[in-house]
Amino acid sequence: MLFQPAIIALLLASAVSVAMLAAASPFAWELIRHWDISSGSERQLRLERRTYLMSTLLTFVFATQLVALLLFVFNADKMAVMFVGAMCAVGTLNANAFGFPALIAQIVVFFLAAAWLVLNQADSRAYDYPLVRVKYSLLLGILPFVALAFGLQLEYFLHLKADVITSCCGSLFSGDAKTLSGDAAAMPPRPALALFYGTLAAAIGAAILHARKLRGGYLVAASSALAFVAALIGILSFVSLYVYEHPHHHCPFCLLKPEYDYQGYWLYLPLFAATAAGLGVGAVQPFARIASLGAIVPDIARRLSWIAATGFAIFAAVATFMILQSNLILLEN
Amino acid sequence: MIKLTNIRKAYNQGRDNEFWALNGIDLNIEPRRVTALCGPSGSGKSTLLTIVGCLARPTSGRVHLKERDLSGLPERFLTDVRRSTFGFIFQQFNLIKGLTARDNVMLPAYPLGGDWRALHARAEGLLDTLRLGHRLSSRVEWLSGGEQQRVAIARALINDPEVVIADEPTANLDTALSREFLTILENLKQQGKTILLTSHDPLVIESSVVDTVVTLRDGRLVEGK
Amino acid sequence: MKTWIEKQKALIDFTLSSLARRKVKNLGMLLVYTLIVFLLASVMLFTHALRREAAEVLKNSPEVIVQRMVAGRHDLIPPGYLEKLGRIRGVQKKEGRLWGYYYDGVVKANYTLMAPSAEAPAAQKVADGKIVIGAAMARARGLATGNLISFRSYSGRLFSFTVADVLPHAAELISADLILMSEADYRAFFDIPAGYYTDIALSVANPQEVRNIAAKLAEALPDSRPILRDEVLRTYESIFNWREGIVLVLLAGSIFAFAIFAWEKASGLSAEEKREIGILKAIGWETGDVIKMKFWEGALISLTAFLLGYVAAYVHVFRFSSMLFEPVLKGWAVLYPRFELTPVVDGFQVATLFFFTVFPYTVATIVPIWRAAITDPDAVMRG
Ligand SMILES: Nc1ncnc2c1ncn2[C@@H]1O[C@H](COP(=O)(O)OP(=O)(O)O)[C@@H](O)[C@H]1O
Ligand SMILES: [Mg+2]
Repeated sequence: MLFQPAIIALLLASAVSVAMLAAASPFAWELIRHWDISSGSERQLRLERRTYLMSTLLTFVFATQLVALLLFVFNADKMAVMFVGAMCAVGTLNANAFGFPALIAQIVVFFLAAAWLVLNQADSRAYDYPLVRVKYSLLLGILPFVALAFGLQLEYFLHLKADVITSCCGSLFSGDAKTLSGDAAAMPPRPALALFYGTLAAAIGAAILHARKLRGGYLVAASSALAFVAALIGILSFVSLYVYEHPHHHCPFCLLKPEYDYQGYWLYLPLFAATAAGLGVGAVQPFARIASLGAIVPDIARRLSWIAATGFAIFAAVATFMILQSNLILLEN
Repeated sequence: MIKLTNIRKAYNQGRDNEFWALNGIDLNIEPRRVTALCGPSGSGKSTLLTIVGCLARPTSGRVHLKERDLSGLPERFLTDVRRSTFGFIFQQFNLIKGLTARDNVMLPAYPLGGDWRALHARAEGLLDTLRLGHRLSSRVEWLSGGEQQRVAIARALINDPEVVIADEPTANLDTALSREFLTILENLKQQGKTILLTSHDPLVIESSVVDTVVTLRDGRLVEGK
Repeated sequence: MKTWIEKQKALIDFTLSSLARRKVKNLGMLLVYTLIVFLLASVMLFTHALRREAAEVLKNSPEVIVQRMVAGRHDLIPPGYLEKLGRIRGVQKKEGRLWGYYYDGVVKANYTLMAPSAEAPAAQKVADGKIVIGAAMARARGLATGNLISFRSYSGRLFSFTVADVLPHAAELISADLILMSEADYRAFFDIPAGYYTDIALSVANPQEVRNIAAKLAEALPDSRPILRDEVLRTYESIFNWREGIVLVLLAGSIFAFAIFAWEKASGLSAEEKREIGILKAIGWETGDVIKMKFWEGALISLTAFLLGYVAAYVHVFRFSSMLFEPVLKGWAVLYPRFELTPVVDGFQVATLFFFTVFPYTVATIVPIWRAAITDPDAVMRG
């Protein structure tokens, strides 16, 4: 199945990302070892010039990863016709054991990349580049994840066989399934609804509080992470039902299908953006006390908080709109 | 205004052809005055200018601009300081061919992201005061040597710098044009600009516009006037 | 935010003028770039349209077709077979079909002959002695409505038909070689006795049940072979994707060559360009500003090339019937349709194409751009 344009594109993107990061890591190592901002030596000047290349490369790699995540899901959805029993991306991803791990790895890489870019942004605005070592150590830490994501994707596509019979959203996300996702889907609508709106409100509240008063930076990150999980549970347990107008179709992926006017993207894009921003607020907190970042961290954290608050609000509004539009009635009165 | 302490600058550090162009310079540049660096070719005048003007970092030593220590700043921030504080006039004029006089003048302001229309007006105003109003939209390669230098001066002034730095400004000019340059210099001084230039042209060094002459030899200061 | 926008505007302004100042070099790059996009886009649009057309054909075909096998070969359905099938849960409708191929020695082509279903609406029925033909066939034989045409049947007899209608051009792939005739004519032409059929069509309401039904069929009638529409669709899909992928792999060489070309163009800066960047750095541009400027340059070239290449490919495939691919397609069949393919533009496909062209270009130019951008600001003071 390797010879499919989208698969070639995805593998190429992943491989190039890994190759670029791998090529950059010796330089990252050199930066970590020899960086000395106060020196005017030629080595320091050379290292400094190199940081421009590294920033550009990484921004590019991470942008690629973001696009690759979208393309991966879209491709999985498109390929569903090729598998017996697959109706949407779930069936395709389930066609072998590597599908979902590959997706999850890709999502993890996305959030790590976003956090790195936030740190990079903070660092390059401070006159003494205080986060150079942190940044490039973190880069060395991200490399294995990117490589893992590539490996999983490769395994997944290599083992993809058209004649397997896969199980689709119907079985994976049914309330009877003995899986984590099954449990999430089985959650009765009323508590799920409460959890959903409760955590979203908490995340929005924390973000606005931080944006206004600069308090509780870690709280923003924690509540964003929670809201992300609760939002996914909410989509599984009831939002999807309202969209499909079917009381038992708990699928987070069918939402992305053209049959449902790609409504899922309206949910997922703000959700992912908001979560990444929320986590970014947490990522810069440990460095708020560094003198040169004294004014920069609050500024960045404030902006990110606004993004997080707006993103979650859009997400909640879209979900509510979908529920109100629907002809399905889950809750009487 | 600008204080240099024990500035040293090496080229090709750590290699066989290592060369120390500056060997411990201590210098204080007064505000609102014209300072001239003179000395034989290869004595390190241009190198010193690049360090004062934040075009390059010293290998060791400190540079202070009004109390602020610039020595350890990375390029990004040095550039920031540079474009708000310094204007440069180069020996070769260094205009970009194919662009009009006005576009050349506006170039240093592009990365600042100011208002486009105001920038246009400022560039045209500057060219007007330098008697180039009629040459606004001519490509720079069609201008005479003197006109090119005035475009370069306008470009140096577009971000309204406090300090103007000129490297061998009269090396490519005849006597009449050199005198005209000195008149412009006089005007700038009257406007309150600090001026630092290098030259080994007696016409400049002995001119009354110049307040201080500093002589360099082999990367060291020799004497003051 | 406002300064940011103003700054990008200024950078783009400078980029445009700098592109214009080096017309020859940039036009060369643009041309090669556009050509690559054109090539890839043509392949993608073409296969995608074919795939769509094939899916269209299958959409109207029954969910399951049952053939009878004798000695491992496809045979006629005898009378009573339909009844022997009995009632199978989930099957909405079952019906015998008459269809087959006929080789026309005059134009050396195969036609598909069909009798419309007995339950088809009256408008689609064909009267005895009349035929309805596909557009490609009409073209090949120079036929129009009202003309008379004769075929020699496999039994040696000559049959004459009047052309009652020519099927419309739309979706030509489906109907290019089609001849519709009445059931009586069909049986007479191919000598198929009453009660016999070529195969059986089953319609199934719930797609989830198709597999079970096929299993039951195989059990009830061991000599039958069920063909599932989804299966065919799947095969088609993977064949088309595979073809497209293979072509892309074949084109990988040219993409690679293009990337090297881009690398070379980006790193082979002329002395003039180097001097310009040095000047910019000296008068207050920062390394990041130069990188951004160069990024805009790449973006402008990429977008222009992409748009031009894609539009050209669109026109090539949908207006000029993939003229450049004709030599490859010619061998397939004489009656190969004239490819007025229904234009389809698919976002996902555009994204993939974008990826195959812009991504290599960007990868190839990052390092050269950086190299150019780190020119020392004091370089212009020397020499
Ligand atoms: N980039 C460089 N690499 C190596 N040597 C340099 C470089 N720039 C200047 N030099 C050397 O440093 C010395 C001082 O140069 P410079 O400051 O240009 O002198 P001046 O302007 O007084 O003529 C010269 O000997 C020159 O060769
Ligand atoms: Mg010199």
